[in-house]
Amino acid sequence: MEIINEILETTLRGISIGCIYGLVALGFVLIYKATEVFNFAQGEVMMLGAFVGYTLIAIFGFPYWAALLLTTLLIGIFGMILERFVLRPLIGEPVFAIVMLTVGLSYFLKNLVPIIPGWGAESYGFKTPFTGRFLRYDQLVLSWENLAIILLTSALVFILICFFKFTRMGIAMRAASQNQLAAVYMGISINKVFSLIWMISAASGAFAGILLAPITFVHFNMGFLGLRALPAAVLGGFKSIPGAIVGGLIIGLTESFAGFYLPAGWKNITPYIVLILVLILRPEGLFGIQQKKKV
Amino acid sequence: MRFVLKRHYNEDIRLFRYRSTFFWYLGLVIGCFLLPLVLSSYFISLLSFICIYSIVSVGLMLLTGYTGQISLGHAAFFAIGAYTSSILTKTGLPFLLAFPTAGLLAAIVGIIIGLPALRLSGLYLAIVTMAFSFIVEEIILRCESLTRGNLGMMVGPPSIGTLSFDTEKSFFCLALIFLILTLLTARNILRSPTGRAFSAIRDSEVAAQAMGISLPKYKVLAFAISAFFTGIAGSLFAHKMTFINPESFTIAVSIEFMAMIIIGGLGSLQGAVLGAIFVILLPQLIVLTKYYVGSIPSIQAGFESGLYGLMIILFILFEPMGIYGRWRKVKFYFEMFPLYKKDTFRRERKYQKMQRQ
Repeated sequence: MEIINEILETTLRGISIGCIYGLVALGFVLIYKATEVFNFAQGEVMMLGAFVGYTLIAIFGFPYWAALLLTTLLIGIFGMILERFVLRPLIGEPVFAIVMLTVGLSYFLKNLVPIIPGWGAESYGFKTPFTGRFLRYDQLVLSWENLAIILLTSALVFILICFFKFTRMGIAMRAASQNQLAAVYMGISINKVFSLIWMISAASGAFAGILLAPITFVHFNMGFLGLRALPAAVLGGFKSIPGAIVGGLIIGLTESFAGFYLPAGWKNITPYIVLILVLILRPEGLFGIQQKKKV
Repeated sequence: MRFVLKRHYNEDIRLFRYRSTFFWYLGLVIGCFLLPLVLSSYFISLLSFICIYSIVSVGLMLLTGYTGQISLGHAAFFAIGAYTSSILTKTGLPFLLAFPTAGLLAAIVGIIIGLPALRLSGLYLAIVTMAFSFIVEEIILRCESLTRGNLGMMVGPPSIGTLSFDTEKSFFCLALIFLILTLLTARNILRSPTGRAFSAIRDSEVAAQAMGISLPKYKVLAFAISAFFTGIAGSLFAHKMTFINPESFTIAVSIEFMAMIIIGGLGSLQGAVLGAIFVILLPQLIVLTKYYVGSIPSIQAGFESGLYGLMIILFILFEPMGIYGRWRKVKFYFEMFPLYKKDTFRRERKYQKMQRQ
């Protein structure tokens, strides 16, 4: 019984951290699908989300749910501004330049936060409706913090899938990511699509940041987690939304079990080992199809 | 504006474009060797770091600036070079043997890491190299019997035969010699068919393939050469610092390397050196401003890498050709004096087709 409980708890922890990876990976995938660029700053956007959430809840005293919505909105707008003023001037430049720009951006954001008064380099936490509440069933103890992550992630992914399936804008975005030229001929504004994609991706990053905050801490280095979500995105094939979430879950689970059953140090590198293995064995990911570029 | 009549193809690939260029560079090299006579040992130490970073920068430039492959994990090769050289010299191997071994080992690891990335587009390479750099960092941390983990290890100054390079000035001369050798090697690689193949791959993989260039071969070769240079620079770095621990080889260092070549100017060896100078001098400038303005309390140790991030953004947005590009523009302005046209250097935008149809 002891062992089964242990496995269940490790699984739950793995799934909940996997959901976070999935959400961050979702940000990578959305941007990659639309613009064929990796946004290395995705983890830092998540970190910013956590900090804004912390400011709203702990300093301004907002209730948790209001803060969650407001933060998601604010960071979404931040993503839009980023796209408009930093990335749009680079349309038509080599992909390399844009990727390096996002790497630069991630380092800039990460080191900007400790300078901002009131944020600094300390770790913070804030109260959520789930703090300190547990679901007990016999000897099994599951924390609501982990369960909430899983439930809220499912809700967000459901909303996103509905958005892409049923709304006009969602369909336009899918069209643009399949063939930009044809999309333009059909009267879709590519600029609008790009800025919305950046907004959605930044917003889902911020959402992940707030969900993550209770189980890690709010710290300027938490964007590091974004780099661990990259393997998740690769595993999911870099092009599909369900793929990103499934990839995140797989990475989260392997990491959680490696942390529990393997010697110290393995936990940090298992995601990357999985990444390299996937790229060697099945480079198109679990859900992707690889295509040759035509001239 | 100078016009040179060329009668033979060989004249087009000479090491130096004009005869005068050769003398300018010769003067520069002699001037550099004379520097230890005038400068204090603090500045000479800075110059040694510039030499070491320039070697890395040249290596990375070959890979990124000329072959178009992104690497976010060069700190790992740097670490491999540093640790190999330190461990080997500790077991009593002479520096002259440990030094190339460090480079070779880094090159071999580079080949192994380059292999899985071959089947993929350039962006995946960035991810793989980054993952690889995390793994190497963790291995160094955990292999305590060899590397002493977080405690770090002491390294002696390099010595060749009975000659020991234990002073700042003698070390600088050694580093400068290696830098010059590196630059000459890189220049020669670039004007050979191999170098042409690299540029062809950078400009269009499909076109390069159609010309009969084997992509896997040249990509791995670029990777190996780049890792080799970074490895030997790592070895020099270890012997310069005389103490190394895993903290000196984090991903922030890889970003610093990337910043060097972007700030210096992609696609030019001069740019590689200029970028290294910039990256080494920037923290010094910050220290100086702190000294004069008074320190700002909230500025952290990580502030510099944030500044590198900002520099990368600004350079990519406003001066993608880097410092060297700016120098060329200024030079061109004076050469053409009243006739300078801004459009000469206008960026050519390629609205490439998306990778899928």
